[in-house]
Amino acid sequence: MNLAAQTHGFLSPTGVEIAFLLVGLATFGAALVTVTTKQLVHAALWLVVTLGGLAVEYLLLTAEFIAWVQVLIYVGSVVVLLLFGLMLTKAPIGRSPDADSPNRWAALAVAVAAAAALVWVVADAFRTTWIDLDGAAAGTTRVTGESLFQNWVLPFEALSVLLLAALVGAIVLSRKAKADADATTDTATPPAAATRPPAPGATRTQAPGTTRPPAPGGAQTPAPGSPQAPAPGGDRSAEEGAR
Amino acid sequence: MNDVADVALRLLIVFVVFLTFPLIVGQTEHKVMAHMQGRLGPMYAGGFHGWAQLVADGVKFAQKEDVVPAGADRRVFQLAPAVALLPYLLVLLAIPIGPGEGAVGQVIDAGVFFVLAVMGVGVLGALMAGWASANKFSLLGGLRTAAQLLAYELPMLLAAASVAMAAGTVSLPGILDAFHWWWLPWQIVGAVVFFVAGLAELQRPPFDMPVADSEIIFGAYTEYTGLRFALFLLAEYAGIVVLCGLTTVLFLGGWHGPWGADGLGWVWTLLKTAVLAFVVIWLRVTYPRLREDQLQKLSWTLLVPLALAQIALTGVVKVVIR
Repeated sequence: MNLAAQTHGFLSPTGVEIAFLLVGLATFGAALVTVTTKQLVHAALWLVVTLGGLAVEYLLLTAEFIAWVQVLIYVGSVVVLLLFGLMLTKAPIGRSPDADSPNRWAALAVAVAAAAALVWVVADAFRTTWIDLDGAAAGTTRVTGESLFQNWVLPFEALSVLLLAALVGAIVLSRKAKADADATTDTATPPAAATRPPAPGATRTQAPGTTRPPAPGGAQTPAPGSPQAPAPGGDRSAEEGAR
Repeated sequence: MNDVADVALRLLIVFVVFLTFPLIVGQTEHKVMAHMQGRLGPMYAGGFHGWAQLVADGVKFAQKEDVVPAGADRRVFQLAPAVALLPYLLVLLAIPIGPGEGAVGQVIDAGVFFVLAVMGVGVLGALMAGWASANKFSLLGGLRTAAQLLAYELPMLLAAASVAMAAGTVSLPGILDAFHWWWLPWQIVGAVVFFVAGLAELQRPPFDMPVADSEIIFGAYTEYTGLRFALFLLAEYAGIVVLCGLTTVLFLGGWHGPWGADGLGWVWTLLKTAVLAFVVIWLRVTYPRLREDQLQKLSWTLLVPLALAQIALTGVVKVVIR
């Protein structure tokens, strides 16, 4: 331990350490913009940058598997879900003056306290731990899997149960809201819609789509045999074909 | 220095593939669709059977004015095509075309996760375009895109996980090294689920509800003109190349073939990819567009259970043959 601490210092950082720091600063900046911007959808897009920056940090710490899972789950699914919810409800272009919360100072205090506690605990716990970049990669899928299913099976399974509980809770909430809506003959979307996007999304988005414009069908049935018929690419290239 | 040259060469090859293969698929689509519909398709550009039609289209797109609507969110609107296109370039880097480490742009340890994660990011481009256009049709297109992605990402992941279980690795070259011919019948259900879900993620017909031209006028791309519109189209065809290549690598054995796998493995990969691309075009000509509720139903009531059954089958067989 002491040996490791002696061979690594804070005064002569390596290239990877500098990159780690710079990416960290960019991620922190993106996170700040996420919570301070007045434009709702921009906040979601800056969240993409923040989460992507975190993935890069994982990569720099050689935790490759975690990095890709971070991109897959958070950028690919959670943010898409968030954008879906925003677009479905209220996503004006430009500023939303009512987006500010009155208790933002309390939020700031909680955030600072949480960050201070985390930074202190993590820095104190891993102060003398260094990743050997030249040796075998420490965060490959094999290493992660072995450590997860040999040393950390119980927390892993507990988390699964937690997720299952959340799933059941979401179903119960949405069904209850639906029953209430039926009882009061209220047609508004149940408040739990955001937790169960596809089903309500399907019905909501479909509603405007059913008012079909008078589809001429011209783009779909090109004149047979004519080489200049609009649409070598069928309906897709209506723009190209029109020339 | 040698390393730098090696990396540069690999990047260059991947980039050239990225620029040419989608155009080849696009031109094939023009011709195949035309002949299936009793037409000739493009015949004039370039002389021989209109081979230069897409080049001519590209020149035309480049000359057009790049319009940004007055009410649009300018920066997001302009950034969206890049977000839609670049992920496919990154995915191409990880697809192995032949045996050995020399035949892949970059060996990635968690390759399956990498390709699926990065492909999912591409959909953000369509969402950004749909929102930033300040157009109701675009917004509807964006909404449908998001709903479709959420529905089809899960079966795709599960099908890919089944192959990873069978091979005991999540690296794409590793999966190919472990491949045997009898994986084909073993994983066939997963292959179909993966391919169908991939088609839906690319919004290809019959899953093109998000861009349905006859009702929401090309959805998220309604307001795009010129080069930016061309980039979205290119993203779609690059997506076909990537999806067919991935299906080949994961389920059809990539460079494995009845003979000549050592020297001519890359021919097998390209051949299988081309056949799959033909199937993609064929499906477009054959099937009508699915309605939004049919789309969701197909995913949640058919593809997800099938993918789960495939995983169970993979687990059972894996334990039995051990």
